[in-house]
Amino acid sequence: MDLSAINPVLFIAGFLVAATPLIFAAIGELVVERTGVLNLGVEGMMIAGAICGFAVAVETGSPLAGFAAAAVGGAVISLLFAFLTQVMLANQVASGLALTLFGLGLSALLGQSYVGIKPPRLGDVDFGRLADIPVIGPVLLSHDLMLYAALALVITVWVVLKFTRLGLILRAVGENHDAAHALGYKVVRIRTAAIMFGGACAGLGGAYISLIRVPQWTEGMTAGVGWIALALVVFASWKPLRLLIGAYLFGGLVQLQLNLQAVGVAIPVEYLAMSPYVITIVVLVILSADKTAAPGSLGRNFHASS
Amino acid sequence: MKFTKLLTGATLALALAGTAMAQDKTKVGFVFVGPVGDGGWTYEHNQGRLALEEEFGDKVETVFVESVAEGPDATRVITDMALKGADLIFTTSFGYMDQTVEVAQKFPNVKFEHATGYKRADNVSTYSARFYEGRAIQGHIAGKMTKSNIVGYIGSYPIPEVIRGINSAFIHARKANPDVEFKIVWAYTWFDPAKEADAAKVLIEQGADVVLQHTDSTAPQAAAQEAGDVVTFGQASDMAQYAPFPRVSSIIDDWAPYYIARTKAVMDGTWTSTDTWDGIGPGMVAIGEITDAVPAEVKEEALALKEAIASGEYHPFTGPINKQDGTQWLADGEVADDGTLAGMNFFVEGITGDIPQ
Repeated sequence: MDLSAINPVLFIAGFLVAATPLIFAAIGELVVERTGVLNLGVEGMMIAGAICGFAVAVETGSPLAGFAAAAVGGAVISLLFAFLTQVMLANQVASGLALTLFGLGLSALLGQSYVGIKPPRLGDVDFGRLADIPVIGPVLLSHDLMLYAALALVITVWVVLKFTRLGLILRAVGENHDAAHALGYKVVRIRTAAIMFGGACAGLGGAYISLIRVPQWTEGMTAGVGWIALALVVFASWKPLRLLIGAYLFGGLVQLQLNLQAVGVAIPVEYLAMSPYVITIVVLVILSADKTAAPGSLGRNFHASS
Repeated sequence: MKFTKLLTGATLALALAGTAMAQDKTKVGFVFVGPVGDGGWTYEHNQGRLALEEEFGDKVETVFVESVAEGPDATRVITDMALKGADLIFTTSFGYMDQTVEVAQKFPNVKFEHATGYKRADNVSTYSARFYEGRAIQGHIAGKMTKSNIVGYIGSYPIPEVIRGINSAFIHARKANPDVEFKIVWAYTWFDPAKEADAAKVLIEQGADVVLQHTDSTAPQAAAQEAGDVVTFGQASDMAQYAPFPRVSSIIDDWAPYYIARTKAVMDGTWTSTDTWDGIGPGMVAIGEITDAVPAEVKEEALALKEAIASGEYHPFTGPINKQDGTQWLADGEVADDGTLAGMNFFVEGITGDIPQ
């Protein structure tokens, strides 16, 4: 087995990029789920963000404007879900699935005139002479701004959820919405804000695929990343830092199996390809013993009268 | 809750109104594996569908369902189409084979056409294109264009259609350049732009300066464009938006004449179960424009090869060819028969790596 043909520097740099869309989408969904809402529409919000970001980046020539538009686009489309579940009290699972289908259709419609266009490139962050450090430089310090933004976002979410009053309120709403309501917190308003935050993050993740990872617009190009993000939140047992590890594990396995094939290592690729899902199932089984992991009110609708 | 009920009611009413339309049209259904905007395989099938509408106008009604997963879910989609009155249904991916045959048994009056498969019945035809003829030309250009002597190949699934393409491309790349090596990565998907782009990047990192793809999206083209000096070929569709470089040529599937002929047969009542496998000669496979990025003499050789294949004078699988393990497959001058080609499950001599089982 000749593994020396895989360049570890390129490999690690590759999976950092592969994991970034997952990190964005999953960290948003994590916040949403911590407030007790299960939004299965991640895939739909991602693809909406992918086309909004792509279109705006192409029209304005600025990738950062594209990312901003992607966040707005994802948040706007998530309002549909917020309206259905928080105002109309519709079933969250069905509404989330509807959001995914709606997002895929809408993005295909919006994207018709953007097929085959090359988007403006978001340059790598300039770390000056630090980037010349062997190994560390090319692996960690040669990426675009959004990759670092994703990392910063995860740490921010972790700090906010764990150490701030805002985080306490978010968690209270998710653990027991009746108690939070009794304390005077506006459950519906807080959840709507969280859903919009989740939408914005998913939108950023989608735009990362269409603007940086691929970079082009193709219908349905997120191809299931949103679903992996949902699995990842469970895998991380709703904890931000575990989510980061999980995202690198998921992203790394995909890169690893492609790399192993390219250097001609005879391994059963199918097993590596399915391993993220197998790991998620195993983690779920382990978690099922510990009932405290999931937010108490997850997936339950709230109305002040109940 | 009342509002949601109202919405459901309205949707139901719309759906009912939709099915009560006139029945005298010939209704043709299409099941697609990717989105119609994939820019490759499904895009071309959809172009065929649109050509059908143009040809017959009011006499035909077409319906399609896109991004249908291969396997059990296809049964549901195909059954649904048959129940809604389709007279002719095209299922356009290899992985719909068993499902097409299964549904066809339940609807003996509906005609089915399955692309790239090999199972037929009284009301199930199969059709495919000899993509390997186009692969021979790609292989020739790839062998001539590579400087690193490493050609990357993104495979989708290890099925005969894909293996045939790899073998054909490899044989002709080796003829053009005896030092060429193929690196093959299986993506295990027909359509996943991010993964296809990653596969292309990995191959490029491993030294490939020509990347062939047997997946449906244009993502590998974008990855090659990023890399700057990597040659690609359009797959299933022209992908001309990436011409003149990195895309230097392409294999284009032209399904329109076949779809029109088969629909006509249903209208006339002359439809019978057939097995169609056409190539460059009859026009089911076209070679997209070879751009100026290819040296003139290479372009000339490629076009000569195309002519020879089109006229039937040359078959891309002509002996002597050995299998990967060194045993003889075709003797000198012997031409592969269609049966072996249709079920091809081995690499030819010189390709490294195994076919995943």
